[in-house]
Amino acid sequence: MTSGTVATFEESLERLEVGWTHTDAAGLAGTLRTVCDDPTVGTPLPWADVTLPDWVEDDPTADDVRAAATGVTAAGIGIADYGSVVLPSTDDGSEPVSLYPETHVPVLRRSDLVEGMPEAFSWLAENVSGEGGSAIVATGPSATADMGELVKGAHGPKAVHVVVLDDADETEDPR
Amino acid sequence: MSTSREAKAERIRHLLETEGDAVGQNTRGFNTGRYESVADLEDYEGLKDEARAIKEDAIDRLPELIDDLTEAVEANGGTVYLASDAADANRYVREVCESKDADRVVKSKSMTSEELEVNDELQSAGMDVVETDLGEWVLQLADEAPSHIVAPAIHKSREGIAELFRETFDPEDPPETAEELTMFARERLGELIADADVGMTGANFLTADTGTMALVTSEGNARKSALVPDTHVAVAGVEKVIPSVEDLQPFVELIGRSGTGQDITSYVSLLTPPVNSPTVDFGDDTPLADAGSDDREFHLVLVDNGRMTMREDDQLKETLYCIRCSACANSCGNFQSVGGHAFGGETYSGGIATGWEAGIEGEAVAAEFNDLCTGCSRCVDACPVKIDIPWINTVVRDRINRGESGEFDWLVEGLTPDAEPGGVDLQKRFFGNFATLAKLGSATAPLSNRLADLGPVRSLLDRTLGIDERRDLPEFQRETLVDWFRARGGSHVPRHEADREALLYPDTYTNHIDTSRGKAAVRTLEALGVHVTVPSVPASGRAPLSQGMVATAEERAHEVFSALAEPLDEGRDVVVVEPSALAMFHREYEQFLAPASFERLRDNSYEVLEYVFGLLSNGAEVDQLAGPSTDRTSAVADGGASTDRLAYHAHCQQRTLGLAEHTVAVLEAVGYDVRTSETECCGMAGSFGYKSEYYDLSMDVGEPLREQFGDEDGRDRRVVASGTSCLEQLDALLSRDATHPVELLVPDG
Repeated sequence: MTSGTVATFEESLERLEVGWTHTDAAGLAGTLRTVCDDPTVGTPLPWADVTLPDWVEDDPTADDVRAAATGVTAAGIGIADYGSVVLPSTDDGSEPVSLYPETHVPVLRRSDLVEGMPEAFSWLAENVSGEGGSAIVATGPSATADMGELVKGAHGPKAVHVVVLDDADETEDPR
Repeated sequence: MSTSREAKAERIRHLLETEGDAVGQNTRGFNTGRYESVADLEDYEGLKDEARAIKEDAIDRLPELIDDLTEAVEANGGTVYLASDAADANRYVREVCESKDADRVVKSKSMTSEELEVNDELQSAGMDVVETDLGEWVLQLADEAPSHIVAPAIHKSREGIAELFRETFDPEDPPETAEELTMFARERLGELIADADVGMTGANFLTADTGTMALVTSEGNARKSALVPDTHVAVAGVEKVIPSVEDLQPFVELIGRSGTGQDITSYVSLLTPPVNSPTVDFGDDTPLADAGSDDREFHLVLVDNGRMTMREDDQLKETLYCIRCSACANSCGNFQSVGGHAFGGETYSGGIATGWEAGIEGEAVAAEFNDLCTGCSRCVDACPVKIDIPWINTVVRDRINRGESGEFDWLVEGLTPDAEPGGVDLQKRFFGNFATLAKLGSATAPLSNRLADLGPVRSLLDRTLGIDERRDLPEFQRETLVDWFRARGGSHVPRHEADREALLYPDTYTNHIDTSRGKAAVRTLEALGVHVTVPSVPASGRAPLSQGMVATAEERAHEVFSALAEPLDEGRDVVVVEPSALAMFHREYEQFLAPASFERLRDNSYEVLEYVFGLLSNGAEVDQLAGPSTDRTSAVADGGASTDRLAYHAHCQQRTLGLAEHTVAVLEAVGYDVRTSETECCGMAGSFGYKSEYYDLSMDVGEPLREQFGDEDGRDRRVVASGTSCLEQLDALLSRDATHPVELLVPDG
């Protein structure tokens, strides 16, 4: 991934008022500690040698998810032009984990950043759709303007903080 | 005013007072956001072309794509039901819900479900139906209809919603701020979603290759509605099918920008149901990872409800390309003032609603609001799939005209030598034949003007034709522009000395009423070395077209082209003063003329200041034109308005053609400081503002213009405008005379 794409992604996140932190597999636990509020739930990250710390409940029940303050899930790709993360829905519950808690922390490998929407849809067509494959292109927190002015946090998270893994193995796919 | 006109005027006044402010603020915000957001796109026009091509292909191959989609959804384990009409769709949805013993159905926002009125069906069967989109929920509590296809509660203020919540729930600590109101709704709805039995969603797009649906949302309620209950029912019009997942890309980039001015909405869900996410069962101790998704059931209800017939209708077919982004509503001056409760039918609102309502509900429903499209064409550039929305409105108006049984009336007999069948509304026929009236008016001026100004005559005109008494009537000139030009001995630049030759098109207004701008145009072109001719040429057909008199407009198109073909062959450029006439040549004539004829006229006709701009760019000397310093006398005549500072309002159709910038460039080149208006349309829109039932609306649409040109910076600027009706409207809105820009350029005054 070129540094230009990373810079574009960060500019987009800034526009969205979404925070981000760069780290690596070794630093992930420490980074998550600073950006997650307890209780935190998550779903296991699909990359070799990258694991969630013990204090993240990574096998949550529906009630755990509803009670959590933070949800941590893997992002399939990031879209630099938009500051979006693409969240594949997995059978262990990444969709509710990314949706219910007040803060969502998507973990994205730096190598999975793509430039724009055409690249993102090539990836989606190949990796997601068909046979129950689903994904959310998520851009910033949930929002509504239906109550008279823009409010962040409608039915979904009020805040998003992207954790970028700068060194993760590039050979394995999140699905 | 007739009673039906009075009733219509009263209803519009009521909406202007009660909902106009909220609607205006929100739609104008969306519209400004659209301009800013699409400006960031590298290739906006290219994306629109791509989106349009995908829709054209998809609607063309629709039956085949529906088969493919059905196969894909069934292969995924879902069910597809093709419903012929609303009753059929509702019955199916009810039976699915009954088969699940559903007590509660939660819904995310879906205009198709509004169209079906499926809530009524389910509620009659004893089910609790809850709208989870915050705006839709507010309307459900208030028992009101959406006023906008994307932001349904756009007409409600924060204070109004707070009061509604207080009345409905009597909470201990009533929410007041937007944040508090949102959290209050989130909490209530969260509980209702948690134990819902069926989740209903719409679908913005469906891909035939994989059976994937795209839901474009921001709140997250659609995600919850599809995720939490184990049964998911999606309702979608058949037109939502596109070939493949990759085809979603241009739409995802365009839909948010075009609608609410967001680059992208918070969530674009790509669901291939039944989804593999585990079912979410609160109160159950099983970890989600073990819950599994085997219980999931998915039903896709594809709704025809008139769409397949629209597909066979050459004129309404384009409506099916609509992606319901709301750009045509937000960019519409009339919509910005009254919103969808006036400018809308049973379900849909805004410019494209005429196509939808005519196709789905029938022409009678479309007839109730179709007049609110003035053909200003500002939605044409805004539409992400390039639908010619004004044309659809015109065609439907024509059909409505033909369907009406009218009475013969002596008043307009002789004034209406048109190609329309009997029964066209008298008011429409009168305005549609304005060119004939203008001829008579000039021939009998000044008597015609004095007569028309008499109280009893005005009152008769109002009663019978619905011409509002508060409007000044145009004053006919005894000597037409064509007569004047002949009398002065033709062009003062001999042909052999000229660099170029131009035919100045004498549109009805310039020829009969505002001849001074025509004379100014002739003198300006001559100052730049152009040999000018001003022959008699038939009217452009704009007036009948705007009344939906398509056959008459088509006749005009053929007559005009016949008159211009030879001058065009002689290498003359056609120069047009009135932008609405030029827009006929550049846009609507494509519907009427042979392609080669249309292109020849379009490629060789110019708006007058565009032409001046071209002459200056090709070596003509700007010194030949007058500028601010030579303009002192007329400034004094105008009551002391600044001599070098202008407030310029370009004509709506001129802006759609991309020709406003030329005027600004020329005025700046001769030394003026130009401020341009930031409003889509002045509100007059040809005959619209003269009609008694629309007078108040017309003035309200012009209000932002009055504010812009009446503020501290605008107050002492001289007002210039390119369109006849804009000039009339500005005269009425401001206490300053408005001038056509070409009149400022004439050397020696």
